[in-house]
Amino acid sequence: MSQHAHEKARVPFWRNPQIRAWIYQFIMLGGLLWVAFTMYQNTLANLEKRGIGSGFGFLQNEAGFNIGETPPLPVLQGGFLWFIAALIVGLFASRAIAVWLKKNDTTITASNKSVFAVITLVGIIPVLVLFLGSDSISFIRYTESSSYVTALLTGFANTIKVTILGCIFSTILGLFVALGRLSPNWLISKLCSWYVELNRNLPVLLQLFFWYFIVLQQLPSVRKSIDIGGWLILNKRGLYLPAPVAQSGAWPFCLAIGAALIGIYFIYRRSIRLLNERGTPGKIVLPSIALLVALPTLAWLTTGTPFTFEYPVLKGFNYRGGIDLTPEFTALLVGLTVYVSAFNAEIIRSGIQAVSNGQREAARALALKERHVMRLVILPQAMRIIVPPMTSEYLAIAKNSSLAVAIGYPDFVSVGGTILNQSGQAVEIVGIWMGVYLSISLLISLGMNWYNAKIKLVER
Amino acid sequence: MTEQIIDRRPPVTKTGVLGWIRSNLLFPWYNALLTIFAGWAIFSAIKPFVQWAIINATITLDPTVAKEYSGAAWGFIRDMWPVFMVGIYPEEHRWRPAVALLIVLSLVMLTLVRKFRGTKWLYTLWGLSPIAVFLIIHGGFFTGLEVVDTHYWGGLMLTLILASVAMLFAFPISVLLALGRSSDMPVIKSFCVAYIELVRGVPLITILFMASVVLPLFLPTDMELDKVLRAMVGITMFFSAYLAENIRGGLQGLGKEQYEAADAIGMGYWQKTLLIVLPQALRIVIPPMVNNFIGILKDTSLVGIVGLVDLLQIAFATTSNPKWFGRLEEAYVFVALWYWILCYSLSRYSQHLEKKYASK
Repeated sequence: MSQHAHEKARVPFWRNPQIRAWIYQFIMLGGLLWVAFTMYQNTLANLEKRGIGSGFGFLQNEAGFNIGETPPLPVLQGGFLWFIAALIVGLFASRAIAVWLKKNDTTITASNKSVFAVITLVGIIPVLVLFLGSDSISFIRYTESSSYVTALLTGFANTIKVTILGCIFSTILGLFVALGRLSPNWLISKLCSWYVELNRNLPVLLQLFFWYFIVLQQLPSVRKSIDIGGWLILNKRGLYLPAPVAQSGAWPFCLAIGAALIGIYFIYRRSIRLLNERGTPGKIVLPSIALLVALPTLAWLTTGTPFTFEYPVLKGFNYRGGIDLTPEFTALLVGLTVYVSAFNAEIIRSGIQAVSNGQREAARALALKERHVMRLVILPQAMRIIVPPMTSEYLAIAKNSSLAVAIGYPDFVSVGGTILNQSGQAVEIVGIWMGVYLSISLLISLGMNWYNAKIKLVER
Repeated sequence: MTEQIIDRRPPVTKTGVLGWIRSNLLFPWYNALLTIFAGWAIFSAIKPFVQWAIINATITLDPTVAKEYSGAAWGFIRDMWPVFMVGIYPEEHRWRPAVALLIVLSLVMLTLVRKFRGTKWLYTLWGLSPIAVFLIIHGGFFTGLEVVDTHYWGGLMLTLILASVAMLFAFPISVLLALGRSSDMPVIKSFCVAYIELVRGVPLITILFMASVVLPLFLPTDMELDKVLRAMVGITMFFSAYLAENIRGGLQGLGKEQYEAADAIGMGYWQKTLLIVLPQALRIVIPPMVNNFIGILKDTSLVGIVGLVDLLQIAFATTSNPKWFGRLEEAYVFVALWYWILCYSLSRYSQHLEKKYASK
């Protein structure tokens, strides 16, 4: 005992790992603070030397530059409060209905409750918004006299647009390429594997330049546009499509479609119930189609045409009106989609191959149809392997969309770069960029983590 | 006596070339359709390319003669290839990058000889090679060579230098970050986590902008960093975060008993880390690190956006030259071929390493 105490006393304090850890961390913290302070001092000195102010006040200044693509930006109005109120009322109502039903009928299950909640929300809120909140949201468009904030928001909207579309298309394309690589057909599988090898091993910027400067430059000029009956016009300046314009009948028409979708959900549930009760599923396809056609048609006939189309027309040197996809947008979307689809294809393929062959054989032994083997046995298990790496590919699309700056698509980074050049507020702009991209990354990871948790293997 | 049944030959449709074609291309009926479709797709993609690149192409060095051909003018590449390789590096000094390349290639050759592998002098030579390459390409100091400023660096040389420098410097930083992230000291851990997640959450282009516009503001007023150096700092910062996550994977892949055994024989933290943990952890992560290097190589193409003339931007620089104006397609195919060969061979190498380590 005394020996032990003796030993303990002899160990100097700097030998104690805990004290050491604290000393290390203290030094590290001090160093970091010193670096931060020096950088702060230097920045102040540099900014003063260059005559640049600091702070975010410049964001209110007039931008004065032109942006090629200006999607409408939603601005919340006073009526939005009514919308929030409607939402809260809807939530409480659904809760109350669920509680009431449960009291009166013990056969109501948890999943039924959520159905009622959805119906209440879907049913009550649009109606309330329709009558109360007609001024809840207005849309503004960026013009040259708008502020820098509006310019940045416009750029952000463009980034979001290309990211969402890129995620959807690259997943679909990747799925097809993955299935192609797994196909027993030798030629198809070779074709798809070369598609993957070609796209994976070329820089994405090179691919964007390829689509923008080489492929899209082969398109005809405005005068010689490819014109398919005025519905689709394609030339060097972009792709033009007719745009739907909402008329008085638009709201009832959309409501009818919503109601039809809810109806289809019930038809589906009934079919499952019948399958459990009698062993044969109820009819789904015919009643669904009938519902989907009948309700909107009824709305159309009673309230008049819901939409008219605005066609693009040649005015001066260019087409105006309709939906217009600029070549920059097209090149960026196609380039990102093709590049990322190669990675997605590999992820999906390895996910499907990772499901053990015994699963497939067992499913076949149960006499499941081939499509059911895929849909009910293989894919749900493959999804667990596929989802985590897919998350990073979606993040890659969001981040790579910033390469838009190289081909002149006005995305968030591109617009920010213009503002940086104009105002010289480098620290603030780079700070805004990083903050916004970090938030996008966090949002996508959160969403995918939620999905991942949902499909995770539940172990008993 | 029982009658002997004579062996029948296997059906023709199941074996041999015919059987292979039948089972791989034509059966069942929709596979035949798919084969036709794929064949048509390949044909319609290859035909115009072959016509352009081979049949109607020319290799003449004279741009006026080349204009008479409807296909590619490969003479442009013949004429300009030194520019593709080294950018606007002065013509009379072009032998210097060649010597640098020769040094690296001869080191690779020496490494390929099994007998020399793992010897101390070879490691020393590899360790000295970056300095030698820098001195030869940059010149100055005690070498007596004329200084060629980084402003003149470009082309494939710049791409390879950027990627190698990023890898070289990102590696030690990322090891420290990975160790920091898996340590239990709260200040160090949170710093490493914050750095890694911040960098991985933003696009490379914003980091490059930061390195080229904001970094000079952070430094003392009289300090100047040149453009290439700033890009190097940006790329190194970016990739050290990605590399750190890979290395952390290696650290986690190591069994707990390794740490405990090291503790049991009384090793300190650095002894344990350097002698026990890292040698095993780094071994696991070599294949993903090669993949990371492919990523760096591809992403160096972004430095064009902050004004450097790398392999990709050379395509624009050479085609804006009035002599070969607008030969963008040829330049692109050439540049793409370089990137593709480099990245594809590296990815095959990483697959090979993966197999090699998996079998052990």
